[in-house]
Amino acid sequence: MDFLFITQQSLSAAIGVNTIIFALAAIGLNMHFGYTGLLNFGQAGFLAVGAYSVAVAVVSYNISLWIALLIGIGNSIILALLLGIPTLRLRADYLAIVTIAASEIIRQVARSATFNKTLGGSDGITGKFGKEFFDLNPFTAGLDLPFLRFTPNDLWVVVVGWVLVAIILLLMWLLVNSPWGRLLKAIREDEDAVRSLGKNVYLYKIQSLIAGGVIGSIGGFVYALSRQSVQPDNYGTALTFFAYTVLILGGAARVMAPIAGAIIFWFLLVFVEQMLRQAVSAGYIPEWLIGVNQVGQIRFMLVGLGLMLLMIFRPQGIFGDRKELALDARA
Amino acid sequence: MPAPNSNFKERALAAFATVASTPGSKKPDPIIVADKVTRRFGGLTAVNVDHVEIQRGSITALIGPNGAGKTTFFNLLTGFDSVDEGSWTLNGEVISGTSPHKVARKGMVRTFQLTKALFRLSVIDNMRLAATNQRGESFIRGLFPFIWKKQEEAITSQAEELLTRFKLIDKRDDFAAALSGGQRKLLEMARALMVKPEIVMLDEPMAGVNPALKQSLLGHIKDLREEGMTVLFVEHDMDMVRDISDWVIVMAEGKIVAEGTPDSVMGNQAVIDAYLGAHHDVSLDEGR
Ligand SMILES: Nc1ncnc2c1ncn2[C@@H]1O[C@H](COP(=O)(O)OP(=O)(O)O)[C@@H](O)[C@H]1O
Ligand SMILES: [Mg+2]
Repeated sequence: MDFLFITQQSLSAAIGVNTIIFALAAIGLNMHFGYTGLLNFGQAGFLAVGAYSVAVAVVSYNISLWIALLIGIGNSIILALLLGIPTLRLRADYLAIVTIAASEIIRQVARSATFNKTLGGSDGITGKFGKEFFDLNPFTAGLDLPFLRFTPNDLWVVVVGWVLVAIILLLMWLLVNSPWGRLLKAIREDEDAVRSLGKNVYLYKIQSLIAGGVIGSIGGFVYALSRQSVQPDNYGTALTFFAYTVLILGGAARVMAPIAGAIIFWFLLVFVEQMLRQAVSAGYIPEWLIGVNQVGQIRFMLVGLGLMLLMIFRPQGIFGDRKELALDARA
Repeated sequence: MPAPNSNFKERALAAFATVASTPGSKKPDPIIVADKVTRRFGGLTAVNVDHVEIQRGSITALIGPNGAGKTTFFNLLTGFDSVDEGSWTLNGEVISGTSPHKVARKGMVRTFQLTKALFRLSVIDNMRLAATNQRGESFIRGLFPFIWKKQEEAITSQAEELLTRFKLIDKRDDFAAALSGGQRKLLEMARALMVKPEIVMLDEPMAGVNPALKQSLLGHIKDLREEGMTVLFVEHDMDMVRDISDWVIVMAEGKIVAEGTPDSVMGNQAVIDAYLGAHHDVSLDEGR
């Protein structure tokens, strides 16, 4: 077994592109769910809107990437308004139903044959739509350390991605510690109490939905640009639930939680996969028990098991406060 | 406390001297005037108030057996529920159909029968939240602490003053969930005062509160009148009602069946019928 290789792969994943994407998706959910109590089960839809806006605008309409990014943000604001305006006056569960349905509708429309020309059907869109971004890449060589390895392009995505994450977290920290953030937390606790104090709850819920959705769509930008391709089936409900996993792993309503959650999630996923792969090919695990082709699925089972144990022994997540979590039971 | 208190009490009582003890009677200076307020739940008419006026600067008790429609009436007046028919004014301005937060901004703030403390917010944050016109409540301005920090300090000291008055200052940094039931009632009332309301509507402020805290709650309610606020409150305990209210309105089966000073209402046949109709074994002096 090549432990150096396993470590290199796992660590590269832990701070790599996927971690950034899931961290951004989960930061958005933290705004929705952690701070405002909004059950958005369609975060994948916001990432899809971000990713597709960029790919479609650049590939199908020859629009500059930088303008395409603005279009992506605009589109995610429109999506948030479409989802929020009809549902946020109603009980919390309506938003959950509408968002999960909407994200599936977005995916189905993206992969439908009808829009094959512009949206690329089930194959999605592949092309050099990230060219303007990668033209700015100052790294001519990649990173090839014993424990970290990135191609030049990945390195550029990772550096820009983490800078983005840092900026967004700073803004998030400022927001949740402001009177605006206090209002969101109060809405999470009891909407009617907040209304009775003269606050326009509806307006704040829409603002929260927009803010978290835009952050999610920025995750979509990273997803699309890092691969220079968008595939509709990457934006299924699994993406949303992994983002929730990342959030809860870190501890909801903690600013840094999505980072810790995403790092641990991807480290574990890749570590378990590499360990299994090597153990199988070295013959430590007999072929009849786990085949090489099954490793991909089994890693999810094992990571799932690990997460279950974590939730049993540390339900508040890494950063959460167990006492605070217990208050939720409405003592 | 007794001296200034009795002054305000006398003034409030004097205002009622000329008011008839009949349901829907005119008041000399009404802050709320409601007409034909009806709310049905399926076949049940929960509220059916023909006319009612609430005198400004007074403490008015709204009493009546369980299910009389008192909470529903509160919900309607404060915009938390919508009427089938009817309209009402606050300071002469029609506010029926106004959303709850706008009602609160116009100066009418309510508390809830089932206390709504914001559990995972600290006591001080519960208080700060309620302050009006906060600059930092806007998304953009929230990002720049220097814009709202000064105001936040002013709000905090105002909140601390109220917490001291309500004997909650020791709990300043605890989660609201850590308070006892009675302390939550106190917090909810103190929080409502952060809005600087003209009229405070308290739905069963004493329910589930231990006797010692009850006395201090009573004192706080009297203080509100002293500060020029109007109080409309729902209460079951007739001793409490007699002690602090200037005027009593009695509801039964959605209607106002009697009005008057505490003493006159308690001898009123319609009131006795209303209560006995609901619970044959409950006397009006229950709760001693
Ligand atoms: N949301 C509702 N749906 C159906 N019936 C209700 C609802 N709210 C209150 N009621 C009914 O309306 C009547 C008045 O209730 P309520 O206003 O809570 O009385 P009170 O506060 O005087 O005890 C009761 O018969 C109650 O069952
Ligand atoms: Mg009630």
